[in-house]
Amino acid sequence: MNGLQVMLWVSCAMCALGVYGVLTRRNAVAILLSIELILNAAGLNFVVFGRLYGQVQAQAFTLFIIALAACEVAVGLAIILALYRTAKTVLADQVNLLKG
Amino acid sequence: MWLMAALVLVGSVWVVTLRNLFRAALSLGLVLLGVAGLFILVGAEFLAFVQILIYVGAILTLVVFAVMLTAKVQGPEAPPPRGQQWPAAAVAGALFSLFATATQWIVRSAPAPQDPVSLQQLGQALTTTLLLPFEVISLVLVAALVGAVAVAAILPPEESS
Repeated sequence: MNGLQVMLWVSCAMCALGVYGVLTRRNAVAILLSIELILNAAGLNFVVFGRLYGQVQAQAFTLFIIALAACEVAVGLAIILALYRTAKTVLADQVNLLKG
Repeated sequence: MWLMAALVLVGSVWVVTLRNLFRAALSLGLVLLGVAGLFILVGAEFLAFVQILIYVGAILTLVVFAVMLTAKVQGPEAPPPRGQQWPAAAVAGALFSLFATATQWIVRSAPAPQDPVSLQQLGQALTTTLLLPFEVISLVLVAALVGAVAVAAILPPEESS
């Protein structure tokens, strides 16, 4: 029980650090890295609670989270590359294409 | 286990604080390996291998490629605006304490520890009760990858001639 408690704290800290990274980073790729941290924390949380309650679905949903993270990072990096090609920057606060 | 937890925590701090984006991506790999180790310790070996294969093998490679493709103009990343770090740290700390107290309450009221879920049970669940989400997720994966290729392959008008 003690080990599972520690793993829950680790996943909470990962999620909080990911939120901190999303809030402070300016580079779009770095924001994507922080989002990966948050998704991985959610997956770890799923696995720990699945172990705690003996549920099969928890591991299956962690599998789905990993697959969705792959989708997310592929689409996100494609958007960042397209953005870099048109706007010549990847800093999220310097992109003002939608400003009139 | 303490080693894995320390690896994950230190790597996460590096991911969100290192100015050099390439090093941040490499420390994300450290975090992912640490989480895979935690998966093994908690009895989810299959997920640990999936994590290493997909995250460390595919996603990290993509991220490193993106870092190298976009690193020409930026150099070392500029520091964030000064007033933004402390509010963000406060938000993150509040979130951590909220999650920690909430999950601690759930863990205290949990039943006695169960046996770890076997790979056979996981495979049977994925092909019987969870068959529809499994198929939908593969469809989503194909659609996202095709969409990513479509978004990244479009050249701006002046280059596409």
